[in-house]
Amino acid sequence: MAKRDRLSGNEAIAIALRQINPDVFPAFPITPSTEIPQYFASFVANGQVDTEFIPVESEHSSMSAAIGASAAGARSLTATSSCGLAYMWEELYIAASNRLPLALALVNRALSGPININCDHSDSMGARDAGWIQVYAENNQEAYDNMVQAYRIAEHKDVRLPIMICQDGFITSHAVENMELLEDEEVKNFVGEYEPENYLLNPGCPMAVGPYSITDYYMEAKRNQAEGMKHVEKIVLEVAEEFAKLSGREYGLFEAYRLEDAEYAVVMIGSAAGTTKDAIDKLREQGEKVGLLKIRLYRPFPAETIAQALKGVKAVAVMDRAEGYTNHGGPLGADVMAALYRARSQALAVNYIYGLGGRDVRVEDMEGIFATLKQIAADGDAGETYRYLGIRE
Amino acid sequence: MAADITKLGVKATWKDLTEGMIIAGAGTSKEFNTGEWSTDKPVFIEEKCKQCLLCTPVCPDSCIPVKDGKRGEFDYDHCKGCGICVKSCPFGAITMEGV
Repeated sequence: MAKRDRLSGNEAIAIALRQINPDVFPAFPITPSTEIPQYFASFVANGQVDTEFIPVESEHSSMSAAIGASAAGARSLTATSSCGLAYMWEELYIAASNRLPLALALVNRALSGPININCDHSDSMGARDAGWIQVYAENNQEAYDNMVQAYRIAEHKDVRLPIMICQDGFITSHAVENMELLEDEEVKNFVGEYEPENYLLNPGCPMAVGPYSITDYYMEAKRNQAEGMKHVEKIVLEVAEEFAKLSGREYGLFEAYRLEDAEYAVVMIGSAAGTTKDAIDKLREQGEKVGLLKIRLYRPFPAETIAQALKGVKAVAVMDRAEGYTNHGGPLGADVMAALYRARSQALAVNYIYGLGGRDVRVEDMEGIFATLKQIAADGDAGETYRYLGIRE
Repeated sequence: MAADITKLGVKATWKDLTEGMIIAGAGTSKEFNTGEWSTDKPVFIEEKCKQCLLCTPVCPDSCIPVKDGKRGEFDYDHCKGCGICVKSCPFGAITMEGV
């Protein structure tokens, strides 16, 4: 039986974690993710969870401790944002290459510099090649639901990879929304007990974790790791299906919003998708065939299904809330355009950099994007593909 | 997934490696043939050897077995060809050769 509540995204994640009751949670505070360990510490103090909560001295340490705990056989996680994620850089790759299914509750925030505490995706985009599964949320409900599904995906025997559950800093992490929570018992049963095959605290089988790989093995080790990633899409869908039965809320690799007959489409990640949906609803009333593809699973990148979903569009705008400094656009733009190219798509594609450092995205901005797409299709020319949204010239 | 460490070697395929490169089980280093890394190997000249056993304790890889107070042939499965044993021998009973 679901219960209604009004919560911030950080609170929602903390409640999901209370319901999951993980074994080890090392944490170091950084805005805007600080509230997650803060709420969770109160659950520990109140005896509502059995989790070993470890206040550490840095994010380098929080991720290291989460890795150590996971290798020992514990269900572990940490939370961070921005520079905290950057400080975990080295450990992220270690967690993935050691195939440790730990979780990271990431609250997206701009990387310095210039120093800024507001939302963009530059932090997690920097970690996109680290071998982690990355799942993004549009709103607080999705952040909660993704957190509940996280360990089922990461710990699956065909996957065994770390997972990053991302939400937009302040926009969802601090804004309060009405949402539905599952009962504690429902989450407990859905997530289940973690039963690792090999773990350091198993006296029956001592083991070594993270051995040195000389040149003779390194490439084979990376290819072996890629095999886990290949199974992620299937498992994400299986877990989503089971979650839908429990909650009534459906998830896929991405959300296609009024996309079926759309001629002009926007592809984006995160909270601005809500704004875009408003623009779409307004334009649809005027008879415009516009739609949205909102990425949920970004790593691995479901290129084929995305290209398939965009098959009928004449023009598409890929929205990046992070710079790539390639002179051609951002990381999502590169991924989507590569997917379209391989699918021999004839769609004209442009890539916008938007919303950096918390810059607001308005319904009018997205209406403007669709007007531009319509013009591009009429001209038969995408023009400059690397654009900035709403920049003061 | 238990590691089959005996499959490891320069010809191991990516499927032969363990998930996350973990090594499950203890005391497995003996099973791992590291001798194939070497570019030089020591050669034991038995007739020059006085069985002083100065070479045995200096070997970093314990590749000089001793039985009944006498050293035997090198363990080439684990010798990495460092040459410390050659330097330790006062009688010229060990020389280095390329492999």
